[in-house]
Amino acid sequence: MSLIVLMGVVFITFVITRVVPSDPAAKWAGARATPQQVAAARIELGLDKPYPEQFANYVTNLVQGNLGYSLRTRNPVMNDLKVFIPATVELVLMATLLALVIGIPLGIYSAKHKNRIFDHVSRFFSIGAVSLPGFWIALALQLVFYSYLDFLPLGGRVSIETSLMGNIPNITGFLLFDSLITGNLVIFQDAFRHMILPMITIALYPIGLVARMTRSAMLEILGEDYITAERSYGLSERLILWVYALKNSLGPTSTVVTLSIGYTLMSTFLVESIFNWPGIGKYVSNSIIALDYPAIMGVTIFSALCYMALNLIADLIISLDPRVRL
Amino acid sequence: MFKNMISMNTLAPKIKEAKLSFYLLNKNILTRAALITVLLLILVAIFALYIAPFPEHIFLGNDPANSLNPPSWKNLCGTDELGRDIFSRILYGTSISLRAAVTAVFFAVTIGSFLGAVAGSVGGWLDELIMRVTDIFLSFPPLLLSISIVALMGPSLNNATLAIVVSWWPWYTRLMRGQAISVKEKQFVKAAEAIGTSRMKIIFKHIVPNCISPIIIQASMDMGAVILSLAGLSFLGLGAQPPTPEWGLMVSTSKNYFMNAPWYSLFPGIAIFITVLSFNLLGDGMREILDPKTRKN
Repeated sequence: MSLIVLMGVVFITFVITRVVPSDPAAKWAGARATPQQVAAARIELGLDKPYPEQFANYVTNLVQGNLGYSLRTRNPVMNDLKVFIPATVELVLMATLLALVIGIPLGIYSAKHKNRIFDHVSRFFSIGAVSLPGFWIALALQLVFYSYLDFLPLGGRVSIETSLMGNIPNITGFLLFDSLITGNLVIFQDAFRHMILPMITIALYPIGLVARMTRSAMLEILGEDYITAERSYGLSERLILWVYALKNSLGPTSTVVTLSIGYTLMSTFLVESIFNWPGIGKYVSNSIIALDYPAIMGVTIFSALCYMALNLIADLIISLDPRVRL
Repeated sequence: MFKNMISMNTLAPKIKEAKLSFYLLNKNILTRAALITVLLLILVAIFALYIAPFPEHIFLGNDPANSLNPPSWKNLCGTDELGRDIFSRILYGTSISLRAAVTAVFFAVTIGSFLGAVAGSVGGWLDELIMRVTDIFLSFPPLLLSISIVALMGPSLNNATLAIVVSWWPWYTRLMRGQAISVKEKQFVKAAEAIGTSRMKIIFKHIVPNCISPIIIQASMDMGAVILSLAGLSFLGLGAQPPTPEWGLMVSTSKNYFMNAPWYSLFPGIAIFITVLSFNLLGDGMREILDPKTRKN
């Protein structure tokens, strides 16, 4: 079934790249190209062939990991993605971690103090967090923490001084991890300081989502008979809340977490260029300005694959719950 | 006479139900505040041209001598780089954002619900076909699909709205199909089938009205997210184009000045936040009172 969906995704991206209003061959040949050069570029890109043949070539290339050439950077899109993906993935994972660390306790306390002041504040905060435009909060954070407090850097992944030192480790592409395993704490600290603002910006949405989901799952579970039974045995409220109830509410919460990673990935598209973060979000923003369709479609296919994988993981997590197993 | 009595009998509980729902909606202080804000926003959207202090500043009004003035009694939210009154532009922006969002949600709901109702009620190969196409669209991240579509069609607010419709309808199809599958097994649908009512009539007269409540809840909750997406597309330069006073576009333009003129970014952002927050709180409140599972709580 996933294969059919995948073929559908590939077909839609193929249609989008082929019905674009501008001529990719003319763009590839350059602004001052002669008609002969444009015709040569058309043959080079395989755009002179009939559509079914073009689609077959497109699919064959995709299977081989070839996403075409970027019209802007003139590199294979796959190579560009390999350079930019780790920075985005690192940011998304750190933001998700932050969302879990804040969202889960917030949800648990809200459920415990249902309809009390903490619950109202927390509900307002979680709905507020999903209502904030990420691109705007990014500017606001830069203004406060960079311009007014001069406490955190404006953007980038490391400071210019660090990059001039020239010994930035590149093993996995995850700078925090690489600098830790090479024992380079100066770079680690610098990279972490650069990550704080973009991480908070894109974590706000999943924090709200995780807190709300945990709250509703906990509320449902706290009304169950087995919780009443545990209370009547005299177990401590903390043990009931943090062990017995939390364990059963993790199913729906982890589903939301996997899905919210997808949302977080999307928010990077609006936020990365503001923070000058060298990830696929900034890459796609620049590609939009340059109307670089192969690059936009490369990112689209990559994101759709991530989305499908995350949905699959969410389904797997649900099926791990013995109550759902058939 | 007899017919009228029947309709009165069936209408009375519905009015009672609506009154109870409104009472519950009004009881929660956050939801009540959200409801009032949404009503105010609608009024502002309708009368923006009449209440804006500088209606001539909404689109053009080039006044470099007054550019980037901080907030004052004359210009409540300050002025932008062309000396235009930001407050007047924000007021007018309400109608642009609300109109685009309502249009997007309306078409997404209509298309999605229709396909979902047909898929769920008819079943068989048609159901399979509709749901596979839905799955394909659902596997695209909505914002990215919108970006690709607008990049293809050219940036404009109308194209951004259309792109949102294309990326949002599958959610309603899935929701409506699930509802339709459970409703079509109910006795009143079987009875309608038994007396030979046509399939289309069963779908639109019996199945859809009984599935619409979760769709309305979802639509009200999606309004906020759609406004955010539209603002995001405009921020990327793919939605509204200058000199349209769209909020996302205003924040995008203010990027170049925000270190020296923070009010320029601040106020359009607050407008987006308040609008989205109100719709989200209202949607959340509606879900709590209309959903039978949470209603009693």
